[in-house]
Amino acid sequence: MIYSKDYETMKRGDLEQLQVERLQVTLNRVYRNVLFYKNLYDEKKIDISDIKSLDELASLPFTSKEDLRESYPYEAFAVPLRDIVRIHSTSGTTGTPIVVGYTKNDLKIWSCLVARVLSAAGITSTDLVQIAFNYSQSTGGLGFHYGAEQIGASVIPASGEEVLKQIQIMKDYRSSALVSTPGYALHIVSILEENGMDPQELNLSTGLFGSEPWSEKLRAEIESRLKIKAFDNYGLSEIIGPGVAFECDLHNGLHVNEDHFIVEVIDPESLKVLPEGEEGELVFTTITKEGFPLIRYRTGDISSIIKGSCECGRTTRRIKRVSGRTDDMIIVDGNNIFPAQIEAILFEIEGVEPHFQIILNREGGLDVIELKVEVSSNLFAFDEIRKVQSFQQKIQQQLITSLGLHAKISLIESKSLGRTKGEKVKRVLDLRKL
Amino acid sequence: MLKIRNLEAGYDKLKILKGISLHVKSGEIVTIIGANGAGKTTLLNTITSIVKTTGGNIDFKGVDVTNVSPDLLVKKGCALVPEGRQLYPAMTVKENLILGAYTLYRRREHKKALENLENIYTMFPVLEERKTQLAGTLSGGEQQMVAIGRALMSGPDMLLMDEPSMGLAPLIVKDIFRTVEELRDKGKTILIVEQNAKAVLEIADRGYVMETGSLILEGSAEDLLDNNDVKRAYLGRDYKDFTD
Repeated sequence: MIYSKDYETMKRGDLEQLQVERLQVTLNRVYRNVLFYKNLYDEKKIDISDIKSLDELASLPFTSKEDLRESYPYEAFAVPLRDIVRIHSTSGTTGTPIVVGYTKNDLKIWSCLVARVLSAAGITSTDLVQIAFNYSQSTGGLGFHYGAEQIGASVIPASGEEVLKQIQIMKDYRSSALVSTPGYALHIVSILEENGMDPQELNLSTGLFGSEPWSEKLRAEIESRLKIKAFDNYGLSEIIGPGVAFECDLHNGLHVNEDHFIVEVIDPESLKVLPEGEEGELVFTTITKEGFPLIRYRTGDISSIIKGSCECGRTTRRIKRVSGRTDDMIIVDGNNIFPAQIEAILFEIEGVEPHFQIILNREGGLDVIELKVEVSSNLFAFDEIRKVQSFQQKIQQQLITSLGLHAKISLIESKSLGRTKGEKVKRVLDLRKL
Repeated sequence: MLKIRNLEAGYDKLKILKGISLHVKSGEIVTIIGANGAGKTTLLNTITSIVKTTGGNIDFKGVDVTNVSPDLLVKKGCALVPEGRQLYPAMTVKENLILGAYTLYRRREHKKALENLENIYTMFPVLEERKTQLAGTLSGGEQQMVAIGRALMSGPDMLLMDEPSMGLAPLIVKDIFRTVEELRDKGKTILIVEQNAKAVLEIADRGYVMETGSLILEGSAEDLLDNNDVKRAYLGRDYKDFTD
């Protein structure tokens, strides 16, 4: 079903007019209210009233994760803090999170955008939607929660309950839709199979999976093993959270909610805007957000804009399913982590050498992360198991408190990480088959 | 019905409109709210070519009407209800109304003009009662009805209204806005500029907020009523309401 028919099936000409209007209004507002943008445009001698068409958006500078990190915590908000009713945050590149604020209207719009995502997957008011995203600082849980309530579905905020409890809820409450990461869906399947349960016993018919890239192969696997239809969706906290782009039942790319976000694809090297069909980095401009508007935000996600229109009736343009990252960010169970963050933590711990390797694997659907850390040889010289263990625990604990990352720590001798001459150690070894 | 892109206008060197883009769909009531001096009246005067455009373009029913002569827009079906009514006080109500149909008379469509007049009398029975009275002797609310009636005499599809609530008692304002809703229900498309944000947002479908010649907000009327900037600046709610 198409949730906002008026907007999702708008004539392209009308949509472009709306985008121009909303873009100009947003530019006027960020220039007045956000010091970062005012300084940026003044410094580059940019007159925002020169932006007269969507093409001219390309003449404005980008906003990066770094810019937002420097605005920590509230500098990039466009309204006074008392107008903010919700605060989420997301991990930055070097430890400082990016803080995102929502006004009442932002939440209203967000709910409606997620309602579009759910409706496109066939969710209606008769569905029972089990949300297995952690209800935390990140936007997945609450974003889908309000969207599902918006369409009148029954929401089960299962959040971070452990998997057997999730399965019990799913079975007893007769959940018809699951919202989680694709990896978690796979984990549920393997636990079901381990316990000799038949997925047919469940009432599950639809899955909405996101917050990490996943392949068509994985989709087929989840669909056949869990006996559901699986839909991809795309969003990021900086832009709004879930609700930026989503699949319709034709599974032919993800429709961007273009009446709220302008999408561009750029070459991450030359920073030039790429034509439709060419792969590059996704860049979004929010055109209705009140609390935290962003102009040309570089997502680091790799995709392309699909040529032509979709047969589902929506006139919004589609992007290809995200295939990877332009930077070294890794996504572990839906959480974004940069190797630099891990490096910063290790750096603080005495006795650790600045060489480490992250090894990602997937066991029973869950991501397993192993950290190989080089330590100064004198630590091994002590040859005391207990000392080594406590050292391991120290690193492990630090990763949990700072990043919420549960990793297996392997201590290895200095210079033992295989590196050939002049070559850097491969920071991340991703053995998962996404 | 109306599509405006990057409209710029001003008086001599003084730039009033700094790139306005907006649209009004058929059958909508759209409002532009803003304080005194924001440029709202200049915007309507520019749409009707009373003030010359220095940049951008105006599209009405798919035709470019940027800088056409003001009467052409009336012929195309768009009429202005000006700020402060602008009636001829020494002429009768009927005479004032008939002036609004000058484009019809010029085309010798006397019958159509008469029909429109009858419709206006049905809509505002008080105007028929007072048709021989001098317009200057009417109350503010009645004068506003004459101004609306006069704009309707040309049989337009779209009305541009400039501060219809100005100088009227709250109860009368309600009446006027109820009339505006009726007109919409009869198929008219309406663009209203207003300072009385609360009253107009209650009847409007969508709105824009204008500040010093630029639009700074766009949204459904409902969302604008919920916007804290709008509340503070235009709905007369002060900071205390938010901080207490």
